[in-house]
Amino acid sequence: MNFSRRQFVKGGVTAFTFGFAAPQVLCDIAFAQGVPSRNLVVVYLSGGNDSLSTVIPYRDPFYASRRPTLAVPAGNVLQIGTDSSGIELGLHPRLTGLKSIFDGGRLAIVQRTGYANQSRSHFTGYDIWGTANTTNTSGTGWLGRYLDLIAPPLDPLIAWNTVRETPRPLMARTVGVPAITSPATYAFSSPNTGAEAAFERTAQTRISSHLPVDRPHVAFVNSTTQAALGTLDRVATVATYRAAVTYPNNGFGQALTAVAGAMNKQIGTKVFWVQTGGFDTHAAQGANAGAYVNLMATLGDGLKAFYDDLNSQGLLNNTVVLVYSEFGRRITENGSAGTDHGAGGNMMLLGGLVRGGIYGTAPNLSMDPSNPTLENNNADVKWETDFRGVYAKIVDSWLGSNSVTVLGADYRAGAPNVL
Amino acid sequence: MSIDAVIDRLLNYESLSTDHDSKIGQPEYAGITTQAGQPFSPNTLINDARQRWLFRMIHSQRPLEEKMALFWHNHFATAYSKLAGAVGQERATRLMDNDPSSLAGSEPGMIQKLRQFATGSFPGMLLAMAKDPAMVYWLDSQLNTRTRPQENFGREIMELFSLGIGNYTEQDVYTAARVFTGFNWQVIGDRASTTQSYYSFLYRPADHDTNAKEFTFPIYPDGGKVIPARAAANGEQDALDFILALARNPATGRRLATRLYKFFVNETAEPDQALISSLSNAYLGNNYSIKAVLRTLFDSPQFRDPRNFHQRYSWPAEFVVRAIKETGWTGFTVNSAMTPMTNMGQQLFEPPDVNGWELGPGWISTSSMLARMNFSSTLAANQRFNLARDAQPYRQTPERVLEYALSRFRTMGFTTPQTNSMIEYLRSTAWTGADAQLQQRVPGLTRLIVGSGEYQFV
Repeated sequence: MNFSRRQFVKGGVTAFTFGFAAPQVLCDIAFAQGVPSRNLVVVYLSGGNDSLSTVIPYRDPFYASRRPTLAVPAGNVLQIGTDSSGIELGLHPRLTGLKSIFDGGRLAIVQRTGYANQSRSHFTGYDIWGTANTTNTSGTGWLGRYLDLIAPPLDPLIAWNTVRETPRPLMARTVGVPAITSPATYAFSSPNTGAEAAFERTAQTRISSHLPVDRPHVAFVNSTTQAALGTLDRVATVATYRAAVTYPNNGFGQALTAVAGAMNKQIGTKVFWVQTGGFDTHAAQGANAGAYVNLMATLGDGLKAFYDDLNSQGLLNNTVVLVYSEFGRRITENGSAGTDHGAGGNMMLLGGLVRGGIYGTAPNLSMDPSNPTLENNNADVKWETDFRGVYAKIVDSWLGSNSVTVLGADYRAGAPNVL
Repeated sequence: MSIDAVIDRLLNYESLSTDHDSKIGQPEYAGITTQAGQPFSPNTLINDARQRWLFRMIHSQRPLEEKMALFWHNHFATAYSKLAGAVGQERATRLMDNDPSSLAGSEPGMIQKLRQFATGSFPGMLLAMAKDPAMVYWLDSQLNTRTRPQENFGREIMELFSLGIGNYTEQDVYTAARVFTGFNWQVIGDRASTTQSYYSFLYRPADHDTNAKEFTFPIYPDGGKVIPARAAANGEQDALDFILALARNPATGRRLATRLYKFFVNETAEPDQALISSLSNAYLGNNYSIKAVLRTLFDSPQFRDPRNFHQRYSWPAEFVVRAIKETGWTGFTVNSAMTPMTNMGQQLFEPPDVNGWELGPGWISTSSMLARMNFSSTLAANQRFNLARDAQPYRQTPERVLEYALSRFRTMGFTTPQTNSMIEYLRSTAWTGADAQLQQRVPGLTRLIVGSGEYQFV
C-alpha cells in the first residue's frame, strides 16, 4: 500500500508557487557550483512495518509463544549481537545485504522509536511522522521546513520525489518538489515534430508563466508546469545513467537507480524521497517464506545494490539513507497469520559516515503487567526514543541546518549518536 | 432548458436509457481495443473493464450516475491488484465490475453496486459494501473470526467510510471487528473455470462472536450503546445494527456533506458551515438518502455562484473524458488513455490505498502535469484532421482561429498575455491559413489549451 493522501498545506499555495517557478537561469546555480554535496535519501516503508520481524529478539521466550506461525527460528536469524540491555538480536534471514553493511559498521538500527499515544491509523501516523508534530498534522513536513530554510534562489531539483504525489514530509511553504517517477518517461511530447514541436514548447512555457496572485491554485498548476518544463533536460541526462551494479528489477530498485543516477550526474539534489509498500501485513504475513520475505528481499537487495553502487563511485560519504515506517505492528500474531496495527518500531540509517550499531533497547515481550517496554495491555511495543530525536540528529549533524527551528522544538537531548 | 430542468434531468436519471454498452464498437462512438486474439471481455479482463467504464463516462446519458460511481469508488477505495493476486484476473475483474447479465446467477461487481446505490440509501450502500466479496477480501474480513478478530475492516468502516477519525476510540475498533466476525466469501459456479465462476458473500455463523458488544457512541435510537448477545445464527443482525448506527450518526452526515460539497461546488475554500449543516440535515431527515443531499446541494445558491465555478482540480478520469468529449473521438480508442491515466495518478480500479486517491492539489506534480500535457498532445495528434477541418471557417486570421478554439475548449479563462502567447504561437511562421498549416497549428493550439493550467479545473 502507498499512503500519502494529504490536504494541501493550508494557505501555502501562493508562497509555494513562486518558489517552484524559480527561473531557469537561477536554477542552474547549484549545478554550476558543481560541488558534490551531502544528501539525504528517505526510504519510507508504507503500511506499517513489522519491526519485530526485521530486527528480531530471537531469544525472548514470548517471541515464539506470541507468534506461533510467524516467529523466525533462532537458528535462521542473522545474528548482530546484543543491545545495551543485553538482548540478543538478529536481522531477518533475507536481509543478508544489510547484514554485510552492518558488519562493515555502516548500518545503525534505532530500536523502539515512536512517540507517546502512538496513532494506529496509517494516515494519521504517516502525517505525524511527516510533520514531526503529534498534535497538529495539517502543516508542512519536516523536510519541507528544512527546504524552506535554505537561502534562495533554489534549484528546482533541490529535492526529488520518486513517487507521483508529493509526500507529506516534503511539503513546504515556499519550495515545490518535482515528482519524477521515471527519468526516462519525464519528457515532453508533441503532435508535431522538429521546429513545430519547439514552437509548442516555447508557447507552453510562456502560457504557464502566468501566475495570478488572486488565483493561487491556477498559479500552483502553472508553476508546476514551469518546473516540469524547466527540469526536463537535466532529468534527461539522469536517464542516461547506467549503473555498474545490478539493481533488483522492481519499483524500489528502479527508484534507487534514478537516485544514484542523479548523484552521478551531479544534479545537486539534497533530499530524495523513495518508498516501497506492502507492509500492511494483516494476513498471511509469513516469516520464513511468503509476503514478509518478499518485502525484506525488496528492501534489503535494493539498499545493498544502492550502497554498492555509491561505494564504487566514491559517493558513499555524501549520503545518508533513513528508513522508517508509520508504526510497528501488534506483538501477538492475529488469527490470519498476520499482525495488526501497533506502535513503536525501528528506524535505520546507513551511509559512509553513519556510526553503525544497535541503539536503544529491544522490547521485552513478556505479558507481565509491570513490563515497562510495552503498552496497550502489553499488546504493542512502547516507544523509547522519540523519532524526532533521530530527525534532529540528521538535521543538525548531516544537513547542517537547525533542528530546533525545523522541528519546532528541541529534540536534541534524546538523539541517538548515529552521525 | 432552464438550469432547474437540466438539474432535474441530471439528478432524476432513472428513466433515461442505459443502452450505452450496446454502443461499444459502433463507428460513431469512441473506440475500444481488445487484447490480441481476445473478444472484448469487460467482465473478465480488467483493461477491458477500464475501457468500458471510460466509454460510459464519455457516452452515458446518465452522467451523474458515472460521476457518483467514480466518487464512491474513491470513497470505498478497493484495488483490483490485491484481488487478482488471490483469485486471478478473471474472477478479480468480476469482483470489481461484473455485469450480472454476463454469467447466469452472478452478482454485480463492486462498481456496479456503487452505481446502483449512487444516489440512493447510504446505509444500504454501507451494508452492500460490508457484504461485497471484493471488500471482504480487500480488508481481510474473511479472516476475521471470533477466536481471532481482525480489525482491518472494523477500523476503516469508521475511519474512512462513515464517521471519520476522532469520533471513535481504539476500543471501538476492536469491538467493531467483533461485529463483523463470520463475514466471508465463497466461490460459486464451475470452480475449475476462472471465467465460469464468481465470488459471493458468505456468512459463517460458527465464526461469529455472539457476545454483547459495547461502543462509546450510540448504536440504537434510545441511546443504547450495547449490541446485545445473539445466537450465532442471527449474528448478521449485529452488522445491520452497527451500520445503521454509523449511518445515523451526525458525524457521518457532516462528513458526507463536506465531501459532496467539495466534489460538486468548491474544494479550494473552506465550505460554508451553514450549508454543510443543511446538507447534513437533508441527509439525516430523509432516511440517509444521498439524492436528498444532492438535491439540496444543487438547489443551493453556492452551487450556482460563478465564484465557485472551476474551483476543483479535475481528477484524471474527468480530465481525460472532458478532453475526449471536447477534442473529438472519431477513430480514437479509449485504450490510448490507459497508460496516460496511470501516469496522471489515477488508474481505475486501482486506488493507491483504502483512503482513495489524493485529491485536489495532490493530483498535480511535475510528472502528472507532463502526463496531462502529453495526453492532450496524443489526442490532438489523433484528431489532427478533424480539428483542422473544423477550424477552416476561421482560417482568415489566427485571432479568429483562437476565438473558435477558446469557445470549443472551456476553461476558467486566460489573460491577455496568455492569449497573446497563443497568437504568437499560431504566427510562429507567417500565417497562411492553408490546410497544411491548420493541420499543424490547430492540433498544436489544442494541446496548449487542454494542457494549460487553466483547463485542469472543473
